[in-house]
Amino acid sequence: MSLLEVSDLGIEFGRRRVRALDGVSFTIEPGQRLGLIGESGSGKTVTALAIMGLLPPNAVVSGSVRLGGDELLGLNETELAKRRGNLVSMVFQEPMTALDPTMRVGRQVAEVLRLHAGTESGPARERVVAMLAEVGLDDPERVADSFPHQLSGGQRQRAILAMALINSPDLVICDEPTTALDVTVQAMVLQKLDEALTSSGAACLFITHDLAVVSQVCDQVMVMLDGRIVETGSVEKLFTNPEHPYTRGLVATARLDQVAPGQRLPVVEDFYSGGRR
Amino acid sequence: MKRAQLVTGLILVGAVIVAALISLVWTPYDPIQVVPGQRLLGPGWPHLLGTDGFGIDIFSRLLVGARTTLIVGIISVGIAAVIGVPLGMLAGQVGGWLDQLVMRVSDVVYAFPALLLAILLASVFGASTLTAMVAIGVASIPAFARVARAGTLQVVASDFVLAARGAGTSRWGIAVRHVGPNIAPVVGVQASVGFATAILAEAALSYLGLGTPRPTPTWGNMLRDAQQYLFVAPLQAVWPGLAIAVAVLGFNLLGDGLRDYLDPRLREVP
Ligand SMILES: Nc1ncnc2c1ncn2[C@@H]1O[C@H](COP(=O)(O)OP(=O)(O)O)[C@@H](O)[C@H]1O
Ligand SMILES: [Mg+2]
Repeated sequence: MSLLEVSDLGIEFGRRRVRALDGVSFTIEPGQRLGLIGESGSGKTVTALAIMGLLPPNAVVSGSVRLGGDELLGLNETELAKRRGNLVSMVFQEPMTALDPTMRVGRQVAEVLRLHAGTESGPARERVVAMLAEVGLDDPERVADSFPHQLSGGQRQRAILAMALINSPDLVICDEPTTALDVTVQAMVLQKLDEALTSSGAACLFITHDLAVVSQVCDQVMVMLDGRIVETGSVEKLFTNPEHPYTRGLVATARLDQVAPGQRLPVVEDFYSGGRR
Repeated sequence: MKRAQLVTGLILVGAVIVAALISLVWTPYDPIQVVPGQRLLGPGWPHLLGTDGFGIDIFSRLLVGARTTLIVGIISVGIAAVIGVPLGMLAGQVGGWLDQLVMRVSDVVYAFPALLLAILLASVFGASTLTAMVAIGVASIPAFARVARAGTLQVVASDFVLAARGAGTSRWGIAVRHVGPNIAPVVGVQASVGFATAILAEAALSYLGLGTPRPTPTWGNMLRDAQQYLFVAPLQAVWPGLAIAVAVLGFNLLGDGLRDYLDPRLREVP
């Protein structure tokens, strides 16, 4: 049985029922890492939020999302809250705003632990500090005692990673976790994510708009365009033999090393310029 | 600049608190007992600020008045905050018709003059410190509900609440752990400003005879007493007036200063 089975997922927003997602189907096996790539506004975040059950009330969802065989769509908040942070967790795009400014970072991580395990504060502290160290924070004690505004973006994003990983969920959804970080920090965070996923054996849905990033973490990739999945395959296949014109554009823009000096840099529009609904 | 406000506010409010505390253990003269031979003395020695129309030491009455003022402030702000803040949080977090209901009722209470409520309560139960406190407290509920609701809406829409929900936090947990601490600064500011309003309202009610009755001294009923000697002993009205001004200014400055100080994002990195 697949860990996650999404079938014919559709999302419409508001009274005018604007379609954000249409007939999206995919599965994730235990321990599998699946990339989801697409330009801004293509529907990546709403896909993630639909799995988490975190879509705003004005969203109308259709289709099916099964986690470990259980249908998630239509579950109430209490049932969803039991699974969130425990079976499935999510890392959000914006590290600057995803932490509560009034709460020390260590407490925020410990909170996730407490919510699902009911751990006492003593051993919780140890596990929090150990988890912060595991995601590559040099001074985990100090980070645990800091407020978010006292930390850099990279430190915060690693703390958020620690929150997502501390209950050893079966599935971790990462929504452009490194987009807001600069390149060197980005590489380090990705490496720690890779290590942590490997050691816990968690599956991952990794969302990005950057093909170069996805190849660092994932083996399988889906390409999303205007709320539909237009191509699926291994990272290698996508790089060597992209089928959809949009994917070809993505590959060309990710392979800037192949551009001769003085030549104009390729953009996705050179390959795919529309067909929008 | 903001720091100066906070410090000035703290000093003025501190002075009122100290006066109230001193009055608990010591006053230069009896603040209640009428002394017929000592009426309407001017400032000097041994009656620092002189005596009133009953021959009572004005300084002593001012000290005890500070106590009444603070008690009225604490209780009425307490009533308003304890009822208003949870209502505002509920309205902001649940939304929908409940939000509509809470806000419309709050509008009605807001539009209803506090003075009318005070007259109503005083005519039913007899004017007392308690009726004044309840009238001021009830009239201040909408201000707290609005501030709490606005803050809650902002917090609930934030990324960190979405992240907390994503980590499995329940609605109740969101309210207690995230909304509460994040709206605490604005509620604190509202409390301080509400304190100033309550002091002013208490003085007005006592002045009109709708609050604490004689012989218990309050700054409001001291003004009322001084009124009939306005041309004979005008300074008598100045002292309680000054005390009211100091307290109101102090709590307003404190509120403004707190606004910045309580925001952890603006706090300096240690
Ligand atoms: N709360 C919302 N209300 C209305 N439309 C929304 C909402 N959230 C997202 N959308 C729409 O859904 C589409 C997909 O958005 P999103 O999933 O955020 O894209 P991205 O791939 O950049 O993450 C966009 O067209 C966006 O306008
Ligand atoms: Mg997005």
